[in-house]
Amino acid sequence: MALSRLASSSSSSSSRSADLLKPLCSAISLRRPISTDTTPITVETSVPFTSHQCDTPSRSVQTNAKELLTFFRDMALMRRMEIAADSLYKAKLIRGFCHLYDGQEAVAVGMEAAITKKDCIITAYRDHCTFVARGGTLLEVFAELMGRQAGCSRGKGGSMHFYKKDSNFYGGHGIVGAQVPLGCGLAFAQKYSKDEAVTFALYGDGAANQGQLFEALNISALWDLPAILVCENNHYGMGTAEWRASKSPAYYKRGDYAPGLKVDGMDALAVKQACTFAKEHALKNGPIILEMDTYRYHGHSMSDPGSTYRTRDEITGVRQERDPVERIRKLILSHDLATEKELKDIEKEIRKEVDDAIAQAKENPLPESSELFTNVYAKGLGVEMSFH
Amino acid sequence: MAAMFQGVGAAAALSSLHSNSFDSKNFLFSPRRSFSVRKAPSFVVVRSDGTMNLDLNPEGRRAQQFIANAVATKEDISAASSSKPGHELLLFEALREGLEEEMERDPRVCVMGEDVGHYGGSYKVTKGLATKFGDLRVLDTPIAENSFTGMGIGAAMTGLRPVVEGMNMGFLLLAFNQISNNCGMLHYTSGGQFTIPIVIRGPGGVGRQLGAEHSQRLESYLLPIPGIQMVACSTPYNAKGLMKAAIRSENPVILFEHVLLYNLKERIPDEDYICNLEEAEMVRPGEHVTILTYSRMRYHVMQAAKTLVNKGYDPEVIDIRSLKPFDLYTIGNSVKKTHRVLIVEECMRTGGIGASLTAAITENFHDYLDAPIICLSSQDVPTPYAGTLEEWTVVQPAQIVAAVEQLCQ
Repeated sequence: MALSRLASSSSSSSSRSADLLKPLCSAISLRRPISTDTTPITVETSVPFTSHQCDTPSRSVQTNAKELLTFFRDMALMRRMEIAADSLYKAKLIRGFCHLYDGQEAVAVGMEAAITKKDCIITAYRDHCTFVARGGTLLEVFAELMGRQAGCSRGKGGSMHFYKKDSNFYGGHGIVGAQVPLGCGLAFAQKYSKDEAVTFALYGDGAANQGQLFEALNISALWDLPAILVCENNHYGMGTAEWRASKSPAYYKRGDYAPGLKVDGMDALAVKQACTFAKEHALKNGPIILEMDTYRYHGHSMSDPGSTYRTRDEITGVRQERDPVERIRKLILSHDLATEKELKDIEKEIRKEVDDAIAQAKENPLPESSELFTNVYAKGLGVEMSFH
Repeated sequence: MAAMFQGVGAAAALSSLHSNSFDSKNFLFSPRRSFSVRKAPSFVVVRSDGTMNLDLNPEGRRAQQFIANAVATKEDISAASSSKPGHELLLFEALREGLEEEMERDPRVCVMGEDVGHYGGSYKVTKGLATKFGDLRVLDTPIAENSFTGMGIGAAMTGLRPVVEGMNMGFLLLAFNQISNNCGMLHYTSGGQFTIPIVIRGPGGVGRQLGAEHSQRLESYLLPIPGIQMVACSTPYNAKGLMKAAIRSENPVILFEHVLLYNLKERIPDEDYICNLEEAEMVRPGEHVTILTYSRMRYHVMQAAKTLVNKGYDPEVIDIRSLKPFDLYTIGNSVKKTHRVLIVEECMRTGGIGASLTAAITENFHDYLDAPIICLSSQDVPTPYAGTLEEWTVVQPAQIVAAVEQLCQ
């Protein structure tokens, strides 16, 4: 099996991926069962972590072929899904607001790899990929985007209101910053019920200036809640660059008394490492802030071209140098975990999967008119009189 | 202004009699109530003095048989329930009792608010609870309404049942986004995945020269929010009953208390009971005019009722209690009987509860009305500090009397 694979059993060996490039042996007839191999591989993160009021986790991340291929697959799926959503929006099948996550996939995927479904995630309106990472299906995504019955919120939420209760995904929120107090409430409930789990409350660099964030952080620190505040810093709050909105764009430091970590959000392995570290920290010591340095290729939403406040060169630059999917692809190829063709095949598969889901969603019916009035109140309006 | 008031009712036929006392220190109205069913309050018999006797209406207008509630608790009406004498307490104690009982009954119930824990609550509603249940169940928050209301909602999404206290309802304006978008709407926007069994409560209303910002009536601001229920308590009995019902409800409930009603005293049953959240309370049955009111204005209405009865009128007074949704069943039955409606409320005229109620009655019961609905509300002004001005801001009994006379011409 380990034909031309480098397996590093000791975590202390810090071999850079560049050293491991091996020529692909196309003549080998054996098919490597790459997708299930869990032999550990150690990879260095792209940049070291920077911290505020705490230690930094190690730059060496333990992973394996299975995980890397899952990363590739999931991120490629998310990428494809978002691009398909772009087309659907332009075809007027998706209306209203549509905030796309392409470029930021590593955050969703890396986070998921570090935690379990018992941990809670709550985010803002750029939630399609986080929903999928938590186990949502493509059909639920596209149906919800098109307002159909099979949507995760029965067509009544829309792009900004994806939820998946059974995997502790709490949405999906349109008002900037409002999800952070909700997230701290989730953490409170976890502490109250002694769940030994944590909550990741995601927000953007724009939301980082919301007062309620600091309020919630203060309460979380006072009550020692297992809350992890994750700032997905894509450097633009809609059309306003971070330096124009925040006096201090070092978001990981703005917790002041709360420790923080700055992470390369385009490196799924760094994200995974940081989230593992943060979970451990939060369970013992209360809230911590993670700043994910990431980037979105699309504009703020489909109504925003995304080019009036940044240059095309900047966008292509990031795409060339820091693209999360490409990074994993290079890692896989250099470690010889799959051939280029295999990866391309995976991408083809994904394309088909996305197209199929879209076709299925298009067939799905719109909600009945009676749905207008369902779920306004929980069933059983009022309280049952307990006569005894 | 030590106002006393009396009314009449033929409660003598019914067994349980409950006494109240007037606490002149606090200038609060202490109604006297009696009810036939231990679970359902029937009507208020208001005394002019503190004696135990009950004045029978000499005309004997009221039959011995009472309809306790229009939305009848169909059993027990005629049964003379000789329940235990019950115990006397003040409204804030009734709220506390309800809260404490629910916290004992369900470990998921917790309380969050400013000074609710160690301080015992600025109106003593949570006094002693922190010592009994601990710091994790009775939580002192910093002054951060937006976030702690949000946190309460987040906790409710997981299945906890928080009771969030706004020290004054007006402060919850800072949490408007959380209440409107998250509390009210999450059940809908998640396609039914999450319920928000939260209770948001606190005192509001015009107090005693507290100034404009501390005299807010949030019921009119929150009324249109879809997905929430709103109730207003007015007596110790319904305060405890509504508190318990609100906590047990799967829907978000906003419980409006009033700053001036906390020291009302009443005898309430010892046994466990709740009040239906969507039900209005028949305070005084009558024939001539339906007076709809809630919270503190109930007492102004009952004071006016005394004058009206002396003048020969027979007003039917209903404490609507459920501000969202309106109990159109009880209200409708009353309108069909009297054909005249007067609404007396404390919120402002514009966009208030009365405005919405007027529309609802007009739309549903137009054919039964013999006269246009009169709605008496507070003036559309910030509540002034000066005592006389503040008095003129809210509806006074004399205006209620005049309105009824006008209606019954």
